[in-house]
Amino acid sequence: MSTRLATGGRLIDRKRPVEFTFNGRRMRGFAGDTLASALLGAGQSLVGRSFKYHRPRGIVASGAEEPNALVNLGKGPRFEPNQRATTQELYAGLSATSQNHWPSLDFDVGAINAALSRFLPAGFYYKMFMHPRSFWKHVYEPFIRQSAGLGKAPKDADPDTYEHFYAHVDLLVVGGGIAGLQAALQAGRAGKRVLLVEQTAHWGGRAVTDGARIDGTSADEWVKSAVQALEHMENVTLRTRCMGAGVYDHGYVTAYERLTDHLSETEGPRHRLWRIRTEHTVVATGALERPLSFAGNDIPGVMLASAVRDYITDWAVSPGDRTVVVTNNDDAYRTALAIHEAGLQVAAIVDARPAPEGALVTRARELGLPVLTGKGIAKVKGGKQVEGVAICAQAGEGSVLQEIPCDCVAMSGGWSPVVHLWSHTGGKLIWDAERAFFRPDPDRPPLGADGGAAVTCIGAANGHLRTGEILSDAQAALERLSGEAGAVPAAEDPDEGAMLPVWMMPQGAKLELRRKMWLDYQNDVKVTDVQLAAQEGYESVEHTKRYTTLGMATDQGKLSNINGLATLAQALGEDIPQVGTTTFRPPYTPISMGSIAGEARGELFQPIRKTPIHDWHEAQGAYWEPVGHWRRPYCFPRQGESHEEAVAREVKNTRQGLGLLDASTLGKIIVKGPDAGRFMDMLYTNMMSTLKPGRCRYGLMCSENGFLSDDGVVARIDEETWLCHTTTGGADRIHAHMEEFLQTEWWDWKVYTANVTEQWAQIGVVGPKSRAVLEKLGGMDLSADTFKFMDWQDGTLGGFPVRVFRISFSGELSFEVATPAGQGRALWDALLEAGAEFGVMPYGTEALHIMRAEKGFIMIGDETDGTVIPQDLGLDWAISKKKDDYIGKRAQDRSHMTDPGRWKLVGLETTDGSVIPDGSYAVAEGTNANGQRNTQGRVTSTYHSPTLDRGIAMGLVLHGPDRMGEVIEFNKVDGTTVAAKIVSPVFFDPDGEKQNV
Amino acid sequence: MSELTVTRLTDRGMISLRGDLSDDALRSACTGLSGGDFPEAGHAIVSGDKGLLWMSPDEVLILLPQEEVGQALETLGSALAGSHHLAVDVSDARALFRLEGSGLRDTLQKLTPADLSPATFGPGRIRRTRLAQVAAALWMPGEGQVDLVCFRSVADYVQRLLEVAAEGGPVGFHPA
Repeated sequence: MSTRLATGGRLIDRKRPVEFTFNGRRMRGFAGDTLASALLGAGQSLVGRSFKYHRPRGIVASGAEEPNALVNLGKGPRFEPNQRATTQELYAGLSATSQNHWPSLDFDVGAINAALSRFLPAGFYYKMFMHPRSFWKHVYEPFIRQSAGLGKAPKDADPDTYEHFYAHVDLLVVGGGIAGLQAALQAGRAGKRVLLVEQTAHWGGRAVTDGARIDGTSADEWVKSAVQALEHMENVTLRTRCMGAGVYDHGYVTAYERLTDHLSETEGPRHRLWRIRTEHTVVATGALERPLSFAGNDIPGVMLASAVRDYITDWAVSPGDRTVVVTNNDDAYRTALAIHEAGLQVAAIVDARPAPEGALVTRARELGLPVLTGKGIAKVKGGKQVEGVAICAQAGEGSVLQEIPCDCVAMSGGWSPVVHLWSHTGGKLIWDAERAFFRPDPDRPPLGADGGAAVTCIGAANGHLRTGEILSDAQAALERLSGEAGAVPAAEDPDEGAMLPVWMMPQGAKLELRRKMWLDYQNDVKVTDVQLAAQEGYESVEHTKRYTTLGMATDQGKLSNINGLATLAQALGEDIPQVGTTTFRPPYTPISMGSIAGEARGELFQPIRKTPIHDWHEAQGAYWEPVGHWRRPYCFPRQGESHEEAVAREVKNTRQGLGLLDASTLGKIIVKGPDAGRFMDMLYTNMMSTLKPGRCRYGLMCSENGFLSDDGVVARIDEETWLCHTTTGGADRIHAHMEEFLQTEWWDWKVYTANVTEQWAQIGVVGPKSRAVLEKLGGMDLSADTFKFMDWQDGTLGGFPVRVFRISFSGELSFEVATPAGQGRALWDALLEAGAEFGVMPYGTEALHIMRAEKGFIMIGDETDGTVIPQDLGLDWAISKKKDDYIGKRAQDRSHMTDPGRWKLVGLETTDGSVIPDGSYAVAEGTNANGQRNTQGRVTSTYHSPTLDRGIAMGLVLHGPDRMGEVIEFNKVDGTTVAAKIVSPVFFDPDGEKQNV
Repeated sequence: MSELTVTRLTDRGMISLRGDLSDDALRSACTGLSGGDFPEAGHAIVSGDKGLLWMSPDEVLILLPQEEVGQALETLGSALAGSHHLAVDVSDARALFRLEGSGLRDTLQKLTPADLSPATFGPGRIRRTRLAQVAAALWMPGEGQVDLVCFRSVADYVQRLLEVAAEGGPVGFHPA
């Protein structure tokens, strides 16, 4: 039973008690506690159930590596699952609940899985749920989904805010232990721009807890003065609660700063994701202690030896009254000494080594602590709490020599350097057989843009576990990096004896013991699972990982990886380095989705481009259609009107009177220069160089592969200048297309382009009354004789400076009026006012689409889809025969492009007047090789025409233009077909009389 | 909260000029309009409401009062007649914001990946970069001031970005 000690605890403030709840129970901790230390202090050692077998689980570690103590945190919209109790700082009002149990933590129905565990081995799901096939979808998957997963997903929108921060530094140091501090000091003194980040709230790392001595003083004092010195350096930035999350190419590193997770009352962003560009990264992330594999090593009360002394020293929490320390190295003796100093009982130190010696071992013996050598734990006794251990010979098969009652087991299987950040971009590891861990291979670092090392590991992360080595390694590395010499702080270390690699305890454990040895606590992977995988032929560690799920949980195998692959190596009869590690991927520990999104949420999720008239549309209640990042009005529904009704009204009103269209989003690109005519002739399929100033011409642009890419009206401005209109979505793409050809193919042509799309508001003034309303504004001669179809001119209308194009996309008499964007709204208002007597109404994109379809005009994105060439659409008239070349010309001569069997554009009229479903195919006789119905065409645009009061459509049909009058069938969603007659795509006013006035 | 004010300036004229920036005629036509020197690559020379901003190896942005744009285009047209160039009025195509107050660099650094440390970004420098998801150009008319241009259509987005970044408070990375 864990409890709070009466004295001590360097991180807690006993004068500031903090109330919190766990599973609804009120508990009390102190300021400075983590949730884990507060729970243990309150006697709560059972914190959750395991993933697969629902075994009772307690706190194992004291930091980021914790696999078990995952809790649901917060309530309502701030609910968050899978939060580690060991890294969550306690605050007043914190509310946590345990996970993965039903109906309660103490009594869990799912624990039946544990009784069935021998029937749920590695790969069980793969083996079991394959057959019969249909069972997967209807039986197995719903069941597995129900029981899978740890925490529950939050249901409400997150009310907190998050932000990014971009930082450029010379040196990023990850880890604020003594190695990181020493590195930052050296780099800071050398004048480097330094950022030092530490994932916890405290500087100094293990050295302070373990009472190391540096420069003749305590590590605590040394750390304080180092931090103070760094705080005085203007070129050094320090951040606690900030974890180095991921290292990427080109010196890009992310760090995850938790700004308010430790506070009850919060203001400002919750997390900040640092997006760092650094010349070099120094990784000082320390090392993690490994568990030992003995039977029952997952029972609550079995903890890492380092965590036991952390809880005692840092938070004055006793994990148990009587502790058995089990180890294969000297470091765990520090835990025994700490337990003893705290006045608690060390029931035994079980050392797997036959003859341990070293200063710490000697000290333990001097204090009279019982040391059992060459021994191991055969099994842990207890269910929801450790009750004792059975001792055996490490060299044997597990015959019990004696039993020792205890309520805590502190285990140490040695240490593994935290090499994650080194490995993210490909830093390689070497196996250190003497100390039994992987450490960074200095000859194979992750490389930067200059071909040199981009990352340097120092201290424990580099395999140096002792204070003196850590400091001198940090100093040496930084002297290499900074090119400046400095002094190494002196440290006093007790001598330590060699460790003994122990991958199984006892080494010859029988099956019944191995079956209870946990490797991966979070995913319930046992020694037997890995051995079974090897037996079934899995040789690659990556495959074994996926087969057994070893290391695949939220902790990503921080505790389990090395033990797991050592187990695999033994089972395969290979050496550990031959088996190798799995891949280390960012982030180091999970980071919030909110921090990744940063400011991009709600109204800032995506930029919305607004025309100068956008606010008016919004005020009118326009129904929006997204077009690229623009919002365009689809229609302007009136009170009680459906969208269909609104669209029909807008079409009729425009055809009969006067409609206004906000066409500001159309792309407008200026092309100018002595070679501009040549360039235009290459860009467009038609001849643009012969266009006269003052005139407009409709043009097509193709990709190099001949496919129709964009269309629009080109206006010749002057001898050297053309203005190209593009589709709304095409403006940026076509501008880039132009620049690409100018910069790569025709770099010596004298042509400049400018995208002036947003300089202009452009308003389509459309309908029989369009000339009348513009003449009413006054200022220009727009009569049919002087201002002909496809003319443009500059002038003023109603006092507005305008450029007027007499062009039509509706078949009506129509003018497009452009004015500087800043005056666009005022011109719109003036047109509405002047147009009132003509019944003016705005219309949206759907009315625009219908009117163009009634006239048989194509729309990029409807009639084209990247596979359509202009010839398919009957646009041969827009393809110049006189030009030697244009972009796409050669491609259009390919045999497939000239194949007479290509589907061609026609109009389609249903015989019953209905609307053909969008995306419908024209069916043909027979079926293809896949048993699918043969097709002979497809619909590209289909609408109800308010003007003709019937369904109209355009489509691409095999030999379509040669089959006028023929009736073919189009499929419908309900499986039936609809008959449609092949007709001309020009449904309305084929002679163009309406615009010719 | 950062003490930061965001003001949209609407009376500023802008001419985008593309041409050979080493050409004496072009340089003197520009400096004749701005009243200052011609900027080197990556630099902005601004005084009051006039200035020249280096945008790319063949483009400068001329700042001037909006009512002078028409005349300036004519001046450029005649000064550069016969030499290949493109001068267009982009006053209405861009939105121009002025940011003033403390924590400018920290606030903007939440939105732009460009290095805004004083060593690389100060009065006299210009950066074409992005603010979150849209393009922008930033320069400092003086200490404690940043002017920026973005496309007109995303002015509301940029204004809100700046407000949200400022609401997030200081970071303490750059000097105030």
